[in-house]
Amino acid sequence: MPALSFQSVSKTYPAKSQGSASLKALDGVSFDIEEGEFFGLLGPNGAGKTTLISILAGLSRASSGRVLVHGHDVQADYAQARRLLGVVPQELVFDPFFSVREALKIQSGYFGVKHNDAWIDELLDCLGLTDKANANMRQLSGGMKRRVLVAQALVHKPRVIVLDEPTAGVDVELRQTLWQFIARLNKQGHTVLLTTHYLEEAEALCGRLAMLKQGRVVALERTCDLLQAASSNVLRFKIDAPLPAELATKARITGRIVQFPAHDAAEIEQYLAAVRQAGLVAQDVEIRKADLEDVFLEVMSGAAS
Amino acid sequence: MTGWQTLFYKEVLRFWKVSFQTIAAPVLTAVLYMLIFGHVLENHVKVYDSVSYTAFLVPGLVMMSVLQNAFANSSSSLIQSKIMGNLVFLLLTPLSHWSWFFAYVASSMLRGLAVGLGVFAVTAWFTPLSYAAPVWIVVFAVLCAALLGALGLVAGLWAEKFDQLAAFQNFVIMPMTFLSGVFYSIHSLPTFWQQLSHLNPFFYMIDGFRFGFFGQSDVSPWISLAVVGSALLLVSAVTVKLLQTGYKIRH
Repeated sequence: MPALSFQSVSKTYPAKSQGSASLKALDGVSFDIEEGEFFGLLGPNGAGKTTLISILAGLSRASSGRVLVHGHDVQADYAQARRLLGVVPQELVFDPFFSVREALKIQSGYFGVKHNDAWIDELLDCLGLTDKANANMRQLSGGMKRRVLVAQALVHKPRVIVLDEPTAGVDVELRQTLWQFIARLNKQGHTVLLTTHYLEEAEALCGRLAMLKQGRVVALERTCDLLQAASSNVLRFKIDAPLPAELATKARITGRIVQFPAHDAAEIEQYLAAVRQAGLVAQDVEIRKADLEDVFLEVMSGAAS
Repeated sequence: MTGWQTLFYKEVLRFWKVSFQTIAAPVLTAVLYMLIFGHVLENHVKVYDSVSYTAFLVPGLVMMSVLQNAFANSSSSLIQSKIMGNLVFLLLTPLSHWSWFFAYVASSMLRGLAVGLGVFAVTAWFTPLSYAAPVWIVVFAVLCAALLGALGLVAGLWAEKFDQLAAFQNFVIMPMTFLSGVFYSIHSLPTFWQQLSHLNPFFYMIDGFRFGFFGQSDVSPWISLAVVGSALLLVSAVTVKLLQTGYKIRH
């Protein structure tokens, strides 16, 4: 039995005012995540990632289709499904009335977990929160609040951990701490579902990926297969003047850095020749393997909209 | 603690941590009402021919405080959680709609009754009171606190902004409590207004509660009990249904 099963999940938001069109946020999304997987859900803003997670978490209802957590329907059998899920929400929310420890104890209580102090202490320790345990939530910095959100999602030791953009606007130290901890939990058998815009994180952590575009799954593969299937190489160099228009349309340009996806040596030679003919000098030329960002852009531009 | 007990505990802790504002302040307000109205009217008004105005006023103020604070507790807690976004911590839990209902209503009752007791403890010093039928006092205090706690839940679910909730409080709850006979016996009103008062459910709450003190009231306490009991069942049914469907909280 898969840890998570999305079965033809669609979500349509009704028109906000008369005359405006209804919005189809998800359109027949289907895929399974096996127990113990570290799974990445990628897609541009508005692709439906958070909607899908909201439906999984019971914050929102699917217009059609269903979602199962270890075989428990998130609507019909919501109590069991939610006991198995630990969700770190995307928004940085907190309850200003309580201290960190109080918040964690209360969250444990909601799940009916008693005598949870040992696990709460471990969570505080692993997330670097021990010295903030008795601080009021209001006194914490954004990064610290984010750690508490992670701890709150884990108080009941859920078998499936869902992280919705947990590292958005988070400093390097917390990212390291967080990923070490989540990777450890994953090794212990917890299933992890992650959405992120940091593709290098997804590439490093996720064994399998789904890419969403406009509410549809446009790619669903093992990370290594996705990377292999991509146009294998990227030619990267720097220039000081703008590229001619016909070249620029094929390239990914970030300031002075120009990157061309290329399949073979001949193609690379052609690009370099074209640059030379345009009277430009390519500096710091390198050829590298395509990374997830290249694959992502290729999939997103290729997927029928 | 089980899930709903934890939510109850959290809700109690929430108002207890700011008890100066949630308990002491409403007690002071009620005492001010009594000092001012009692001073102005004590020698001019006698109710039921035998009860002094200040004595008449005390149960009214106690009940009004119970009602307003029971309502304020569940409604403000919910709207704050909705606007701050921390309601999500609760939405992610396996707690059933019944757990939500019992925890929010019970904590609101506790706040309402705590304030009512505070008002009573202070105002009872000012005037000799009788306790003709104490069971009615307790029954009405408990039922009415539950009713307004549930109503507060409905308002908190419905409101999307603080000013919508304030409108509900200022344009519905306040006029209905003030016009329910807290400060006067409806027998002193012209016939039309007397009849209109009979349509106000808050009138029965105050009147039944007052019967417990004086053994006299504008209508029979059994009628008041029937009205309050039916209103409680109706509002509770609506509240549980709204929680079950996730009205305005699960999309």
